[in-house]
Amino acid sequence: MKNGYVKFSETRTLQEVVIDTDKKALTLSKETLALDKCNLDVPINGTVYGTLLNYKGELEKLGSQLNEAPYKNPPVAPVLYIKPVNTLNRSNKPIPLPNDTRELQIGAALGIVFNKVTSMVSEQNALDYVLGYTIVNDVSIPHESYFRPAIKQKARDGFCPVAPWIVKKEEIANPDNLEIKVFINGELRQQNSTANLVRSVVKLISDVSQFMTFNEGDTLLVGVPENQPLVQNLDHIRIEIEGIGSLENTVKL
Amino acid sequence: MKTARVAYNGSIHSAEESEGNVKLANGLIVKEEEVVWLPPVEPQTVFALGLNYADHAKELSFNAPTEPLVFLKGPNTFVGHRSKTVRPSDAINMHYECELAVVIGETVKNIKKEDAYNYVAGYTIANDYAIRDYLENYYRPNLKVKNRDTCTPIGPWLVDAKDIPDPMNLTLRTYVNGKVTQEGTTKDMIFDIPMLIEYLSSFMTLNKNDIILTGTPKGLINTKVGDEVITEIEGIGRLVNTIISD
Repeated sequence: MKNGYVKFSETRTLQEVVIDTDKKALTLSKETLALDKCNLDVPINGTVYGTLLNYKGELEKLGSQLNEAPYKNPPVAPVLYIKPVNTLNRSNKPIPLPNDTRELQIGAALGIVFNKVTSMVSEQNALDYVLGYTIVNDVSIPHESYFRPAIKQKARDGFCPVAPWIVKKEEIANPDNLEIKVFINGELRQQNSTANLVRSVVKLISDVSQFMTFNEGDTLLVGVPENQPLVQNLDHIRIEIEGIGSLENTVKL
Repeated sequence: MKTARVAYNGSIHSAEESEGNVKLANGLIVKEEEVVWLPPVEPQTVFALGLNYADHAKELSFNAPTEPLVFLKGPNTFVGHRSKTVRPSDAINMHYECELAVVIGETVKNIKKEDAYNYVAGYTIANDYAIRDYLENYYRPNLKVKNRDTCTPIGPWLVDAKDIPDPMNLTLRTYVNGKVTQEGTTKDMIFDIPMLIEYLSSFMTLNKNDIILTGTPKGLINTKVGDEVITEIEGIGRLVNTIISD
């Protein structure tokens, strides 16, 4: 059982709930509702920022390429991108497979949801600005080069499913040690941990907030682990993040 | 018609232009200096184009792109007319970019270029500052260069599309402390407005009030703390901004 927040489609604001991730039920005041009976909206209403190359394994995979053209040097500042509003998608809704590609890359990401305006914060204070955590599937069309912004690969409609809830930050003792698993059609295809982040959760928040402000409801994805599974039409995806729950979607042409 | 969003007397108003003054929705007419100017539409999804003028690509020693070079900007970076933009103390090269901004009028997908202007609500001016010191070669231009707080002034007015019969033939100028430092014409865009709308809407849904910043011509110079930078587009207006220190 986890304390968290959901957004019912009928209401404008987040509701505090107790989430039973195993039984897939929500308790609201004293009433318990089966999750599949609830009409839940995406629980975030701000801008979604993604982070590239924030897993050590991703950097290791690029290896000496980081020093060659076009990159020339390993990244210094956090490499960010935006998942615009057209990409937002709910859990259990189809991920549309565009007709110009046969495969999609799954991006299992821990999402940090902000609870207030966050600007120039220190690592020590960073968690004061966090409401909680959610699970995001940062879907992409596979691309080899990271030189130019991957808008055409990352900003397609429905390419950003978000778990139906936010788990309160107090429920997560250490966000830098959460196991991440991706199952495709029930088979475990990727396993990693936020222990392998280049910048930890508080370091990432602090570093990014030095040059740009997050607003309440904005979400920062900590990154996507290396060896992202590829999926095709009709594949079912379940992303599990320890302590937060799971996010499921199916690819549909 | 020209419309704006302003703060006046402690609240936010929609306004329209009235003989050089600002007419609030309640009919009150006030001077330009009496209001705080906000971005004329609330930014949500904002696209920006890199290297979309052949002369500017040449200025930066790049070949002109064969496909639009698009990046996205977050709402945090926008400020209104007569605002102040922060120059970080460690920056060596921070330059303005005068750009025609196209505001989308409705939710659309798969628009053909022949029909694209039907879906434009209007135009405004953006100054898409870049701090070149922070450029890195990952998802370039990266957000540390292009998504900084205060670094994208936009406004003052949203000018109705019907009042700008040919947006592909407008003179752009930037003045630093009163002196012209950048001059070009929207005629020289590599990917014009209809092509950009066709391109973007071919792979994603565009929503009402999405904004496309269409790129900048050559003539970019470093700006210093205290400089007044005015970006001007024929028929659209003049966007005033001042550089301050951090």
